[in-house]
Amino acid sequence: MSHVVSPIRETLVSGGKSYHDVTNDICKQVEGEPTKEWKIAFGVSCLVFAYGAFCLGYTWWQGIGVWGLNKTIGWAWDITNFVWWVGIGHAGTLISAVLLLFRQKWRTSINRSAEAMTIFAVLCAASFILAHMGRPWLFHWALPLPNTFGSLWVNFNSPLVWDVFAISTYLSVSLVFWYMGLVPDLATIRDRAQTKASKFWYGAFSLGWTGSAKTWARYEYVSLILAGISTPLVLSVHTIVSMDFATSVIPGWHTTIFPPYFVAGAIFSGFAMVQSLLLITRVVFKLEDYITIEHIEMMNIIITVTGSIVGIAYLTEFFIAWYSGVEYESYTFLNRATGPYWWAYWIMMTCNVVSPQLFWFKKIRTSILVSFVLSVVVNVGMWFERFVIIVSSLHRDYLPSSWAMFTPTMFDIGDYIFSFGLFFTLFFLFAKFLPVINMFEVKAVMKGVSTNYPFKKKASGEKEKETVH
Amino acid sequence: MENNTKRYWRGIEELTNSPEFVKHAHREFGDAPIANEKGEALIDGTNTVRRDFLKVLGFGVSAVALAACEAPIKKSIPYLNKPEDVEPTIANWYASTFIDGGDYASVLVKTREGRPIKVEGNKASSVSKGALSARMQASVLSLYDNEKLKGALIGGKAADWAIADKEIIAALGKVATRGGQIRIVSNSILSPTTKKVIGDFIAKYPTTKLVTYDANSVSGLVQANGGILPSFDFSKAKTIVSIGADFLGTWISPTEFAGQWAKTRRVNSAEGGNKEMSRHYQFETIMSNTGANADYRATYKPSQEGLVVTALYNAIASKVGGATISSASVKIAHLDKAATDLVATKGASIVVSGSNDPAVQTVVVAINVMLGAYGSTIDAGSPVNYRQGSDAEMTAFINEAKAGQIGAVIFYNANPVYNHPRGAELAEALPKIELTISTNDRADETGSLCKYNTPDSHYLESWNDAEPKRGFYSFTQPTISTIFKTRQTQSSLLTWSGLNGDYANYLENVWVSSLGGKTAWSKVLHDGIYEPAAGVASNVPQTIGLADAVASITKNYKANSDKMELAIYEKVTMGTGSQANNPYLQECPEPVSKACWGNYAMVSLATAKKLSLDQEVELDTLEVEVSVNGKTVKLPFIVQPGQANDTVAIAIGYGRTKAGKSANNVGINAYPFASVINGNIAFSNTGDVIVKATGETAKIARTQTHNTVMARQSVVQETVLSAYKKNVEAGRFKPSVLTSEGKKEISAENGNKEQINTTGVSLWNGHKYNNHAWGMVIDLNTCTGCAACVVSCNAENNIAVVGRQEVINRREMHWMRIDRYYSSDADVEDAKGLEYASENPEVIFQPMLCQHCNNAPCETVCPVLATTHSTEGLNQMTYNRCIGTRYCANNCPYKVRRFNWFRYYQTDEYDFQFNNDLGRMVINPEVTVRSRGVMEKCSMCIQRIQAGKLEAKKERRRPKDGEIQVACAQSCPTDAITFGDMNDETSEITKLLNAERKGRAFGVIEEINVKPNISYLVKIRNKEEKVVKEEGEVKEHA
Repeated sequence: MSHVVSPIRETLVSGGKSYHDVTNDICKQVEGEPTKEWKIAFGVSCLVFAYGAFCLGYTWWQGIGVWGLNKTIGWAWDITNFVWWVGIGHAGTLISAVLLLFRQKWRTSINRSAEAMTIFAVLCAASFILAHMGRPWLFHWALPLPNTFGSLWVNFNSPLVWDVFAISTYLSVSLVFWYMGLVPDLATIRDRAQTKASKFWYGAFSLGWTGSAKTWARYEYVSLILAGISTPLVLSVHTIVSMDFATSVIPGWHTTIFPPYFVAGAIFSGFAMVQSLLLITRVVFKLEDYITIEHIEMMNIIITVTGSIVGIAYLTEFFIAWYSGVEYESYTFLNRATGPYWWAYWIMMTCNVVSPQLFWFKKIRTSILVSFVLSVVVNVGMWFERFVIIVSSLHRDYLPSSWAMFTPTMFDIGDYIFSFGLFFTLFFLFAKFLPVINMFEVKAVMKGVSTNYPFKKKASGEKEKETVH
Repeated sequence: MENNTKRYWRGIEELTNSPEFVKHAHREFGDAPIANEKGEALIDGTNTVRRDFLKVLGFGVSAVALAACEAPIKKSIPYLNKPEDVEPTIANWYASTFIDGGDYASVLVKTREGRPIKVEGNKASSVSKGALSARMQASVLSLYDNEKLKGALIGGKAADWAIADKEIIAALGKVATRGGQIRIVSNSILSPTTKKVIGDFIAKYPTTKLVTYDANSVSGLVQANGGILPSFDFSKAKTIVSIGADFLGTWISPTEFAGQWAKTRRVNSAEGGNKEMSRHYQFETIMSNTGANADYRATYKPSQEGLVVTALYNAIASKVGGATISSASVKIAHLDKAATDLVATKGASIVVSGSNDPAVQTVVVAINVMLGAYGSTIDAGSPVNYRQGSDAEMTAFINEAKAGQIGAVIFYNANPVYNHPRGAELAEALPKIELTISTNDRADETGSLCKYNTPDSHYLESWNDAEPKRGFYSFTQPTISTIFKTRQTQSSLLTWSGLNGDYANYLENVWVSSLGGKTAWSKVLHDGIYEPAAGVASNVPQTIGLADAVASITKNYKANSDKMELAIYEKVTMGTGSQANNPYLQECPEPVSKACWGNYAMVSLATAKKLSLDQEVELDTLEVEVSVNGKTVKLPFIVQPGQANDTVAIAIGYGRTKAGKSANNVGINAYPFASVINGNIAFSNTGDVIVKATGETAKIARTQTHNTVMARQSVVQETVLSAYKKNVEAGRFKPSVLTSEGKKEISAENGNKEQINTTGVSLWNGHKYNNHAWGMVIDLNTCTGCAACVVSCNAENNIAVVGRQEVINRREMHWMRIDRYYSSDADVEDAKGLEYASENPEVIFQPMLCQHCNNAPCETVCPVLATTHSTEGLNQMTYNRCIGTRYCANNCPYKVRRFNWFRYYQTDEYDFQFNNDLGRMVINPEVTVRSRGVMEKCSMCIQRIQAGKLEAKKERRRPKDGEIQVACAQSCPTDAITFGDMNDETSEITKLLNAERKGRAFGVIEEINVKPNISYLVKIRNKEEKVVKEEGEVKEHA
């Protein structure tokens, strides 16, 4: 693939790196002994995972009555967490597929970890699909499998069945896409491997990659095709997740605005999560030259755009609730803002609508600390968005006789912690054993090697070289 | 590839191709083993055929594999000798009689394989008319109460009945010979034959006296009516005034009265249908179940009660031209209006009072005499026997016991230590009595203090008769042999009298001689009733001692008092607490407060503010300390709209200490707070009552925490009678939409210009019901909210009891619930204000169960098709298919679906009815017991529908209307629920719907177009018309 970088653009990789430097910098983490920081981080995530696993195990053993749900509020933290994780899982595909199709070169340093994050986030989401079931051991009944019950099939009218299809498709496509992208880099590691074990394992997973021009050509085609397949998924997955709510009759759920609103929210939270993780990885693995301020700024801009879309969606909901004249819907929205769960609503509004607007200031959007804090704030806000949609709609629906409140128990919290444990354990394993930055793609977007000697901050005026790799 | 002409051989044999090889070439394993005679190959060196070997091997492997799996062992024992009349899976029904103290109903008992599993009302009885209260419905569970005594006890230790009898007879003899006093302490005894047995006992031990008292005493009423309790007939009344009598909930015989009351409230929208209703005034301290159903309601403080009655007397007397009586005047709203109506409907008016003060009741008698009620609405000629207790007798007994003048006492199913205000004094006095015997079914508060416990059998294990009303008899026959080594007290008394202890025989002899033959006896036993219809001329009681009564009232009551006062009331569900260990009852919410599992201090909103007790909607409440004349208890408080200001109310029936796991230490005991007026127990206390917050928070198990309907007209619909008379659709909410052509009413057809077809348009094909179309109509006008249907549904459908904590967690499993809404004074636009009820709100009850929607939101969202629509219009739940996503429950607009959060059966934390072998005997075998993780909801008693259809099919006919009855409809004392086949032109439900479709019938939240198969009928209040002012403000004409 040819990469033409306009001469007026900032370099995407700073520090005057050579191709060899790139290989060294990235492979260092994989090849070397685990660092102290990694050991501590991994140890902590394992502990969190173990505690979460205990809570989840107890939930499964006793029944989901250990949660704070009741006759009125049948979903709360479980589905909030599910939607939240699925949303987070959107950034990876968007960065890899959509930005690939739009030729956004800056994505190359972040797409690998974003994709990994996607997969782990979807796994976390899947854990809540299982956990929220009354009888999780029968989860396969939600799949259209041939069975001995006669002509018993799944209910194709049910959005939950669509969900099963959407999530499983998304997980498999993301996994394949991620793995395909890993193959050339795995081959690089294989070629540098010193020990027998790493030779064997990286050799096996690099699928006999030779690096010939033919292989590269095929690789590019596969990438494009997979990007093509993934792109609609970016839109479809959260659209379908939103239909869990939109197709229902519950005021606050029964809303046609949900599909675009959910997709925007998903990208919003996904980018925020990528931002949080990258800012950590960048420091821990000393990758400041690959993940530059420009990357961070770009991410912040997307966060602002999607955050604003989400904000408009919130206001639209309110307007429609009033304009429709539907008594129940009007009340639901009034109750969201002023009822017993007003605090959740205002946390959501502050975190999701107000906080990203700070990125209008260049100083803020290029500040690493503020970016990190705001990326966390956005995800807090997005968690509350799902909580507000689910709980504040359910807790006061049609018949006031059934109105109730939801209070989480330690198992609601513990099972949420489980998903964090799972996510970070997997992420740190990924960070240790796989290249966190896509080496060959980064090399492709680097300015010609000659521009780096002597190192100049700006390569302006020099003729752009084509780099074919 | 190269051209390959090489040949390969399997072996040298093939190459040589000898004849020997050719002969066996077709056999894979060349060197064939020995074959048997049939030519089947044998395994080397054995006689086993190869195929047999494989069979044996296969069997062996699978047998070992199977043995490794531990299958749950279910014990079922077949009949060695099958009883002649017991067919497995076929239910047998027996007529019997429920008696608990003075509570009575003629019942039919459903037994399966010899186990009673359900009681239903016996419609043949002209006294109870097939109506059962929640407590009666729940009584079947008490039969299987594992905490009852399992045999006789001597000094608290298990003993042989023979030894106990010997010792008791000896002790009785000793007491009798020295002329010591013997007492039998009992609640009202309805059984004439039991009284005869007691007579025999008294004949043997002449110093014996029967002391009768009732925990919810009405002895003042009996005294004022000349020693009898007249029968009331509300069905003949056009104006009903009740002063503190909760006659629809707890007073004397509420199910009977509710049925009569409902007769006067049933209207029909068809042309020529009844459009008249009685008018019901209620004056009371607390918001009772009856007050909640009244047309006009006002409050008074307990200290005003007597003066309210005299004020009513004076108001009536001045209208009919009689002499007024001089007494302090009280200002009570609607009192004068009530008097006007009472006089206007003279001869069809009735005034009842819940007071236990004979002076007050004397004035009430005088009022009823003035109104000509005796002979029409009140029949003193056929008195009822429900309450025969005398407070004076009981007081005398306690005094004698304290003075050590009693030699022996037998507590016959009475628990005065718990349920008499002076119980503590009695408990102290009991050790002074030489011989103490308790026949209570458990070692309860009284029983545990007695030397001998000779437990009586449950009524479902007993023989007995009853005379609830003079000349109306009813019979109890055992439906199961005694579960524990219990013995009927009648047998015990006979034994101790030195007679033959066979009470069944005794009873039979009495009745055979009285009826004149065994056949007649068999017949009355079969029918459960015998009503020789004693037509005694009604006699009007003399109003004697009116002047004395007025003097007494002037002395005991005050027109105005700023002091805090205590009101003690009875909960519809718990009653006097005799069935407190019944989990069904503990979990059944009280109709008005919607609280269960305990009692609490109720105060009005204004009083709460005065005491600075702030209660947020839907959150925890505060704990208060209530101190009455120095006696102090701590309990949670709730704001009860419609309660008199400056009063605090606590229910009796709770605070049991020795009743069993479900009842012990649930709530506090309020009996000791009762005071005494004119020698009778007064269920109030006007002494030093102090209520203050302790600073702690407390929780109350309530099934409904939001009290108002938030001005949602499509949920409950109501109107007033005068508006209804003008327009049968008055009060109906017709959903409409604003279109470009103006406001249009939503309709299913392309009707006139004012309508828009939105509900007729659908993406779905809809359902066709070619055979049956089951449906239900619930009349909000006759539903009193009594909760009988709730318990009936629990018992029929094996609904798990989940306990106090799980109700606090809002997880009760009731398929049928009764929503109760209070009216609010706030403006319709004021969403916050609407959350708070009025000071004295109007109340509406709405039974809520699965609406069996034709466009069911639950059905479309279930991922695994666990909930589907039947061909007969039912929304069905397939438990086995459910994976528990709870999506259906979330998407149910009525929130009637219930999830099994835990495995409620066989789990120690939920140790209620399903967690021991005995309790599980109550399980209806026709209904699956649901496991953890599955959703459940009302099935419209599908098991009954199927059984009814099968029965009809066997007889090659269609089911007849009324033949199939769902449990809730069957149990409704006011027939507010009509169930039937809407495809059957002749059915009650079709007739009702034909009359009401263009009248009162509506579907709850019908604008979301889920098309429920359950219709509700608009509630009508017999009040003055509300006038809609120009601003849309609703105000009532004074």
